[in-house]
Amino acid sequence: MDQVPTTYYLILSAIIFTIGAVGVLVRRNMLVIFMCVEMMLNAVNLTLIALALQFGQLTGQIFAFMVMAVAAAEVAIGLAIVIAVVRHRDTTNVDDINLLRG
Amino acid sequence: MQLFLFLALAIVAIAAAIGVLVSKNAVYSALALLVNFAVLAVMYIMLHAQFVAVVQVIVYAGAIVVLFLFVIMLIGTETSLLAARGRSRQITTIIALVAGVAFLISAAYVAVAGTVSADQGRVPGDGAVQAIGEALFTQYLLPFELASVLLLVAMIGAVVLARKQKSDEV
Repeated sequence: MDQVPTTYYLILSAIIFTIGAVGVLVRRNMLVIFMCVEMMLNAVNLTLIALALQFGQLTGQIFAFMVMAVAAAEVAIGLAIVIAVVRHRDTTNVDDINLLRG
Repeated sequence: MQLFLFLALAIVAIAAAIGVLVSKNAVYSALALLVNFAVLAVMYIMLHAQFVAVVQVIVYAGAIVVLFLFVIMLIGTETSLLAARGRSRQITTIIALVAGVAFLISAAYVAVAGTVSADQGRVPGDGAVQAIGEALFTQYLLPFELASVLLLVAMIGAVVLARKQKSDEV
């Protein structure tokens, strides 16, 4: 069976990560920024799992598992913050949330 | 055959990622994100990571995207796509990031393709539940327990943050 080279997975991961980074920098909607952060975490997971297969070790998969746990916690807290902000300022645009700006 | 599958999935994954980026409506962004997660789950199976693939579908596609959709439905969203700041600044950002991806790809080639042999190894137990469980409960027991503490803290924190303040209730 012909295998897909690990490098292809790494390139795909780099592309998805960069699209996520563009999203974080360009989009102004708080929720979409969160989604892009999730996408970046997923791209890193793909790298970890591809390299786990490359080196024949489970460590990468365990790492990806831990990243998922942290991502779940991050989403729960992040969306709670979004709801709290919307309750106070009634906006999801990050340009309007500048109370802490010096 | 596998290469074909990979290329098809990669195209879908990148298209979905771009869909998250350019959708005007946040609901469409969330659905594109769901497609992206599902495609990555298929890739995990191709990479002999069955358990992580299942967890990906349950946690990401199941819990996280539903949570996103729930919040979108709850608060509604504005449909303004980009910032009000100058258009040229946006273009500069995008050019910088395209250069960034070129750098990442070349780094992947130079750092990995040079040192990594062409034939892949075999993950112990093909990444099935048994192998993962054995590793989690022996070698990685402490991180596993700490993850449970982290999730508990996150749960309490989310409840505290999203709760109505006392002053709002009056």
